[in-house]
Amino acid sequence: MSIEIRNIQKRFGDFTALENVSLDIASGELLALLGPSGCGKTTLLRIIAGLATPDSGQILFHGQDATDRHVSERQVGFVFQHYALFRHMTVFDNVAFGLSVRPRAARPSKEAIRDKVMKLLKLVQLDWLADAYPNQLSGGQRQRIALARSLAVEPRVLLLDEPFGALDAKVRKDLRRWLRQLHDDMHITSVFVTHDQEEALEVSDRVVVMNHGKIEQAGRPDEIYEHPASPFVTQFLGDVNLFHGRVHDGKMEIGDYAHALGEHQTAAGGAATAYIRPHDLDLSREPGEALAAGTVEHIHAVGPIVRVELRREGSGDLIDAALTKDQYQTLRLMLGDRVFIRPKKLSVFLDAGADI
Amino acid sequence: MASLSTAAPRGIATTEPAWVRYTFTGLALTFLGLFLLVPLVSVFAEALAKGWSLYLDALIEPEALFAMKLTLIAALIAVPLNVVFGVAAAWSIAKFDFHGKSLLITLIDLPFSVSPVVAGLTYVLMFGAQGWLGEWLSAHDIKIIFAVPGIVLATVFVTFPFIARELIPLMQAQGADEEQAALVLGATGWQTFWHITLPNIKWGLLYGVILCNARAMGEFGAVSVVSGHIRGETNTIPLHVEILYNEYNFVGAFACASLLAVLALVTLALKTLVEWRAARQLGNDVPLEARARLAAAK
Amino acid sequence: MRFKQHSVLPGFGLGLGYTLFWLCLIVLLPLAALLMKSASLSAEAFWAIVSTDRVVAALKLSFGASLLAASLNAFFGFLVAWVLVRYPFPGKRLVDALVDLPFALPTAVAGISLTTLYAPNGWFGQYLVPLGINVAFTPLGILVALTFISLPFVVRTVQPVLEDLEAELEEAATCLGATRWQIFSRVLFPAVLPALLTGFTLAFARATGEFGSVIFIAGNIPMVSEIAPLLIIGKLEQFDFLGATAIAVVMLVISFVMLFAINLIQWWSSRRHGMTR
Repeated sequence: MSIEIRNIQKRFGDFTALENVSLDIASGELLALLGPSGCGKTTLLRIIAGLATPDSGQILFHGQDATDRHVSERQVGFVFQHYALFRHMTVFDNVAFGLSVRPRAARPSKEAIRDKVMKLLKLVQLDWLADAYPNQLSGGQRQRIALARSLAVEPRVLLLDEPFGALDAKVRKDLRRWLRQLHDDMHITSVFVTHDQEEALEVSDRVVVMNHGKIEQAGRPDEIYEHPASPFVTQFLGDVNLFHGRVHDGKMEIGDYAHALGEHQTAAGGAATAYIRPHDLDLSREPGEALAAGTVEHIHAVGPIVRVELRREGSGDLIDAALTKDQYQTLRLMLGDRVFIRPKKLSVFLDAGADI
Repeated sequence: MASLSTAAPRGIATTEPAWVRYTFTGLALTFLGLFLLVPLVSVFAEALAKGWSLYLDALIEPEALFAMKLTLIAALIAVPLNVVFGVAAAWSIAKFDFHGKSLLITLIDLPFSVSPVVAGLTYVLMFGAQGWLGEWLSAHDIKIIFAVPGIVLATVFVTFPFIARELIPLMQAQGADEEQAALVLGATGWQTFWHITLPNIKWGLLYGVILCNARAMGEFGAVSVVSGHIRGETNTIPLHVEILYNEYNFVGAFACASLLAVLALVTLALKTLVEWRAARQLGNDVPLEARARLAAAK
Repeated sequence: MRFKQHSVLPGFGLGLGYTLFWLCLIVLLPLAALLMKSASLSAEAFWAIVSTDRVVAALKLSFGASLLAASLNAFFGFLVAWVLVRYPFPGKRLVDALVDLPFALPTAVAGISLTTLYAPNGWFGQYLVPLGINVAFTPLGILVALTFISLPFVVRTVQPVLEDLEAELEEAATCLGATRWQIFSRVLFPAVLPALLTGFTLAFARATGEFGSVIFIAGNIPMVSEIAPLLIIGKLEQFDFLGATAIAVVMLVISFVMLFAINLIQWWSSRRHGMTR
């Protein structure tokens, strides 16, 4: 089922949680809402579910206005951040709950409920825990039971609030892959909220980056990563080095260095900042055509990527560079060495309030 | 609820020398012994001072039996009324955010800090012969003061906060996540309340009921003001105890008092049991591995 | 600003409506009736009633004895809570359950039992009276009864706070070179103080209003051992409703002040420790 979000506005007292947010979610899509805490992503998810009401704007399910539809009639599955498993019920009763509270006419028979619940428990690979109580489960198990419970009512949309937030790193990785798999099998429209960019980029079909109640950018994970639309998105998606300069004649000029900008990058001129990821920096001992020179201050050589910290000459800024083991060995870098850096790729944004 | 933690063994750095520990323990136990245990024991000792037969005679005397009946009636009406109130108040206070919440909580606690005698007086001023509604009530031949309804009202007043006070913090701590999950799964409001909220608060509710009942059956001051002490008509057990005592019928007084003391002991036992059960419900009682082995064995 | 935040949970109107209705019917309306009644008195007449020697003596006795009883309980209650939380001894569970006895035992029972114990031929009285210590039918008896009925308050407010104190706190203090006494007075006691004050105030409030246990042991001698609640009942029995109301209003105002004090202590301690109890 498709979801259309139109001009949603939501305030809590003086705090604006969502400002004029519009978004289309295609049927069968797995969408990630990504942003720092307080950016409004959870509020948006709760509004889609019907757990919160917008001050203005509309939510359309499959083209029909669902804004005023009560949460119990929206047929959504919601997985809560802390799972909200019913602590006094067994795992079986938790999963069966949604079916057993239906009005008598619409309620499946006891046997049908049992079959369905056991099928779901098998799906989440926890059928051996049917008689356990929630407080006897590990975090990852609770998460999967919460998911099974929300799937039992055959929701048209699956909404997950920080689904991996409370788990430790190893379990997180497994569950992420497992959720992707599950979605590929069931093809149910799913939206999940996360503050972890790696999680969003790895799991979803499409990522929506939010900040201060607004959508900064929406797109496929590779699109977002390769072509971030704003300084915020660039910085939120990973470590980045900042270089201040000017855009002039379709070139980014930083001191004596100039870098030709592609067509999709800014055409206007003015003060600008270049954002360069550590692995987009080349280091060499040759001075020609370099963006800057620096001295090696730290080398972290554990793992496949070697992280080098440079002190930039002139400004004294710290620059992070990431090399492969091969590059590192070819360069034979030592602490205190003088090296020159060249960017392979950079994102340029005009500074806010700069003259154009 | 008070809980008795199984205190972790304390290191040498965090406890006192043995003689200090023994002195403190001895002092505390002596204090509790003299002030609590001896009075409790003396009730039974006095009741049985003239032998079992006199004790039993005092209990099956018609006026004593009537007092027991009235006490039960008052508690049977007052406690359920306060259960309904307590659940309604805790639901609206714990699950919703609204202005004036803390004022409301303070007002609910108010009867705890009003002297029972003052409480009784307020009802006399409301419903008594010369009270606000006195004329109207006597014109319609409704008797509240010096009658059973007054006793019930006074009992409701003094036990008013018991259940709400127990439930509000409990429901606040539990939050509204489970209820929201139930609604998302399609449950109606009542289904959510019966299947999710009520089972989660049952131990707290029971705890409140036990304390509320003990106070309801034992209340003296407020009931004394509104009852009029009419024998065989408006005497509850505590009031009957007073009358017998003032008539120097010590065996009778202490026999009835011993009933109330038994009630108190039962209350304490039930209360401890509920605390224990509630604590067990919270903790992980059966470890996961044991469960897995059980499942595998099936 | 809206009165209530939006929520998907149903039943707010019904729940709050019923709560307010019942609160008004059982608590607020009767108290309003009391205040209305007292408003029919002129200020002079009101003052004339509450400033008679007998009333002043009764109020002084009620509040004085309550203050003493609450102080006694602050000391012993703290000690009991301390021992229950920190020292192992056989029968601890039983003792812990017994602490709540005054909450469960009807006050009239406590009253006749204490009176009999301290009467000249009672278990305690037979040893105390020859020493010249008269408890029964004196203000000292009132103190004993009030101590009994307000005993659990301090224990039950202090106990959970002591349980929550981390052993690391004391270990850290020991590593920094503090003695046991310094740790107690500078680390532990300040942490428990708000709870102790709350318990003290609760005990005091409960003691001032107490009636059932006191009337038996007090002897009720005007100007000597007559408490304020008894005076109210005396006035009622003589159909002096105005007199009873005036004394009741004074007691009510004082209990409101104490309620306010409890809230203030809790507000203060939650601000200081960043947590609410």
